[in-house]
Amino acid sequence: MFKFILKRIIEAIPTLLILITVSFFLMRFAPGSPFSSERTLPPQVMANINAKYGLDKPVFEQYTTYLTNVLHGDFGPSFKYKDYTVNELVGAALPVSAKIGSVAFIFSLFFGVAIGTIAALRQNTWLDYSVMSTAMLGIVMPSFVLAPVLIYLFSINMEWFPAGGWLDGSAKYMVLPVLGMAMMYVATFARITRGSMIEVLNSNFIRTARSKGLSFSYIVLKHALKPAMLPVISYMGPAFVGIITGSVVIETIFGLPGIGKLFVNAAFNRDYSLVMGVTILIGLLFILFNAIVDILLAYVDPKIRY
Amino acid sequence: MLAKKQNSEVINQLADNLEIEGRSLWQDARIRFMRNKAAMVSLVILIMITLSVILVPIFAEFAFDDTDWYALHQAPSAEHLFGTDSLGRDLFVRTFIGGRISIMVGVLGALVAVIIGTVYGATSGFIGGKVDRMMMRFLEILYSIPFMFLVIVLVTFFGRNIVLIFVAIGAIAWLDMARIVRGQTLSLRNKEFIEAAHVCGVSNWNIIRRHIIPNVLGIVAVYSTLLVPSMILTESFLSFLGLGVQEPMTSWGALLQEGAQTMEVAIWQLSFPAAFMVVTLFCFNYIGDGLRDALDPKDR
Amino acid sequence: MNKNKITKALMLGLGLSVATASFNALAANVPEGTKLAAKQELVRGNGTEVASLDPQKTEGVPESMAIRDLLEGLVNQDADGNTIPGVAESWETTDNKTFTFHLRKDAKWSNGDPVTAEDFVYSFQRAVDPATASPYAWYLEMTSMVNAADIVAGKKDKSTLGVKAIDANTFEVKLEHTTPYFVMMMGHTTVKPVHKATVEKYGDQWTKPENFVGNGAFVIDNWVVNERIEMVPNKNYWDNEHTVLTKVTYLPIENQVAEMNRFLSGEIDMTYEVPNEHFRRLQKEHPESLQIKGSLCTYYYNFNLKKPPFDDVRVRKAVSYAIDRNIIANALLGQGQKPAYFLTPEIISGFSPELPAYGKLTQKERNEEAKKLLAEAGYNEANPLKFSLLYNTSENHKKLAVAISSMWKKTLGAQVTLENQEWKTYLETKKQGDFQASRAGWCGDYNEPSTFTSLMEGNNTSAGIHYQSADYDKLVAAALASTSAEERTQLYYQQEQLLAKDMPLAPIYQYVSTRLLNPRVGGYAANNAEDKIYSKDMYIIAE
Repeated sequence: MFKFILKRIIEAIPTLLILITVSFFLMRFAPGSPFSSERTLPPQVMANINAKYGLDKPVFEQYTTYLTNVLHGDFGPSFKYKDYTVNELVGAALPVSAKIGSVAFIFSLFFGVAIGTIAALRQNTWLDYSVMSTAMLGIVMPSFVLAPVLIYLFSINMEWFPAGGWLDGSAKYMVLPVLGMAMMYVATFARITRGSMIEVLNSNFIRTARSKGLSFSYIVLKHALKPAMLPVISYMGPAFVGIITGSVVIETIFGLPGIGKLFVNAAFNRDYSLVMGVTILIGLLFILFNAIVDILLAYVDPKIRY
Repeated sequence: MLAKKQNSEVINQLADNLEIEGRSLWQDARIRFMRNKAAMVSLVILIMITLSVILVPIFAEFAFDDTDWYALHQAPSAEHLFGTDSLGRDLFVRTFIGGRISIMVGVLGALVAVIIGTVYGATSGFIGGKVDRMMMRFLEILYSIPFMFLVIVLVTFFGRNIVLIFVAIGAIAWLDMARIVRGQTLSLRNKEFIEAAHVCGVSNWNIIRRHIIPNVLGIVAVYSTLLVPSMILTESFLSFLGLGVQEPMTSWGALLQEGAQTMEVAIWQLSFPAAFMVVTLFCFNYIGDGLRDALDPKDR
Repeated sequence: MNKNKITKALMLGLGLSVATASFNALAANVPEGTKLAAKQELVRGNGTEVASLDPQKTEGVPESMAIRDLLEGLVNQDADGNTIPGVAESWETTDNKTFTFHLRKDAKWSNGDPVTAEDFVYSFQRAVDPATASPYAWYLEMTSMVNAADIVAGKKDKSTLGVKAIDANTFEVKLEHTTPYFVMMMGHTTVKPVHKATVEKYGDQWTKPENFVGNGAFVIDNWVVNERIEMVPNKNYWDNEHTVLTKVTYLPIENQVAEMNRFLSGEIDMTYEVPNEHFRRLQKEHPESLQIKGSLCTYYYNFNLKKPPFDDVRVRKAVSYAIDRNIIANALLGQGQKPAYFLTPEIISGFSPELPAYGKLTQKERNEEAKKLLAEAGYNEANPLKFSLLYNTSENHKKLAVAISSMWKKTLGAQVTLENQEWKTYLETKKQGDFQASRAGWCGDYNEPSTFTSLMEGNNTSAGIHYQSADYDKLVAAALASTSAEERTQLYYQQEQLLAKDMPLAPIYQYVSTRLLNPRVGGYAANNAEDKIYSKDMYIIAE
């Protein structure tokens, strides 16, 4: 176990290094500068700004300086939000995304597995079809359509929930964003669960169990659920990272101060240091969750060894 | 992007069980697929939609970029079946033109992903050993690069040429494909007929081309069907960010984005394109499911 | 219709104004008999997240909006856009080159320190200091403040700037040229004072709520990036007794529809903008909440004069004439925007020139003229005009680009490719001159034509890509040096005439600023064309 974790950490280092390098240079080669503006700035003013942020140095020197700073945990000042450092911005945005993301994640995992199991147990009945078709709607309907519909119904018409904002992150601000974000993952988890559950239920050991006369619900809960969870668990890693980072649409529409919005704004503003900071964070999260998923898989599946 | 992940898992399982039995497998599969009602209905609808997005704009009364200052935001009527948008353009023809673009980029992106993924995965799995480990390591690194950021950079590089953008996105989306094909190839590699080919002195490249690739085609087919809808969704996400297709051309994503903004004023701007896109994506998904079931020998 | 609310013109005393009388500075003048609500909290939509709250590091409108409540400059504006005393109680000049400001003695920073002339000396020097790297450093060059240009260029030390604290309450500024509108320019964000001790102690961190020291009516209480900025009254503000609001919240909401929804569900009292497609609906359903006023901004397309086909003035004219500005302003926008035939919007004070010849024609005549010019330039059906139009990502820009290219297609048979780029790429493309025609727009920094006409001056046009004319530059220089208001106005008119003749840009429409405002909010500056809104003037009326 310990060896496995150590191996993962060592493996992560080159991955991160390459990630940093690739995104650093891609960013520098993207057209536009963080400081360009509508009115063409006098060259002298531009030169002063570039000097202040070290952009007047050769790109390679900027790169080595950046690497050194990152090693010391310093991700530099944000180029766009001049009163903040990248550490501060990411530190403030991550808890918001994490909070809303974990709720959406747990919500979709729970309902997804439940719906998928029910559909599998009633395979090819009207219940199966209707539940799965509804769930599928969550996959095929883009969230930028779903979210305004939710707002229109529940904020403007019914006045149940606020139409946006975060404030203190209390429950009433979270309901609609969580719904908007979770729909797609509920559907995805449901489909995965249904597929693998059907397969497990058709497998020999379940047939054996049934022939022994064990009660069906006992079989499902005791024997089928665990192996059927394997693909669900493999999907948990990407799903969690996806929920936390890929929530740009939801964060934009509901005005939430999370990581996704921070990232898109940073990319559009060419806020080099902020983009780098968030990229590294996402990379780290991805590595972390993949490791957790592997450990979970090994726990559930006796065939896998560390 | 996400639907794809899920599909890949399902296919992974399928891959473990898929037996390679030559022709009879395909015949069986076809019969099983024809028996699947949902998939067959979807296939018919999809063919109809495809035909209409090709033909309707050719024969329609209005051009997709015809503006009419006296018919701004008109509700559906006999003249404009789906109503008009904020510049008086006919939404009927725009919905079909948009569908043309969406389906095209979906298929194109999936195609690029499938080609790169299959070749990469087959090579990696077939050669194995150090090369395999290196190639998989490289995949993992690509996995950890935020997709959205890459897209933004790509769009700024390529400008707004929608075809190029989707070739580029396809070039990112091949990662899962590569993994699946590699897994499949690994199991194939140890089969007797491959070893026989080796012994006969057939070159590696030829083995990949003649034996490995045809044998993983089943999974590839399923996977591509499921990749198309996720590509269409990716396009709509790009449109949301304002990085989509160039006006006056349009796509379902772009139409939906506009429609979602004017929901309270002109619901027809949202409902018609949304209905078409949802139906199309449903169809692709059912066909994908149908193909998977058909190719799964255990269900015989 | 709310058209009556559109300001026609804002008259501002230009020229040799010797204003020594002390005005009664206006702060939340609640009319007699108004019943105030118990809860005096205002929530304002503010477009995007502010890049900074440091006045010397910002350039955008959202930043200026928030800073206006936090810091007070030498002068303020009243609800109609007139310049009124801020920290300076009065000012005088005899030659429009040396200005003396008399600061009010009761002005205090939020930590209790008095606001002195030294603070302004420090802040002005900070604005031009290359180490500050202010994106608006050029603003002080525009005023022609002594040595400003050399300091920005790093040729002189910042201590040589033409500013002096004669005593604690007397601040003197020396200019190189006469600049009669100098006092008006002192209302800008870049020339707001900062508290020296705080800035030096905390560096870039000084604007954080826990460190912030300001001299405006409010201080920062809470700041969550991409979510909200909350402000509470500054107890040490000299006019704090007139501040009615107990809390002001700024929300950065980029999506106009999202902002509108939050207004409609009662979470915001005042929006930043209104989504264009919803305007007519809002007009019908919520007429009492719509606020429309003229705005110091012009929307135009500029041409790349260094590349064909727009190196030919006939093509530029033809393309400009063929734009049906009435359709754009009235049918497609329809909030009170006006067709534009000048770079300078007509709402700007003291600016009412005669329309250029093409502006007086009907659209039909203009179209005929355009076809003729294009034919002369050698374009016809066999050889149609082809070019690409660049614009930055936005629903409104997209809409107009599609509409105008459709006009060009119908009238001129031109084949126009639209090119939509996200903001930074768009700026880079323009800078590199890698475009043919492009969307552009500009909002005045102060209420005087030079804030617009200087845009087309040779060294502001990306090495002449947008325009380069010795005649024009001469007129600009002459206007700057002129001591007579009348003469200067005539020079501006001549600049506009030259622009109509050379047509380096096609003016399209003059902006209005439209927002949703809760009818219970009082004290809104409904006629301030620069949209300088002070929260300290506002209050909430009881239901």
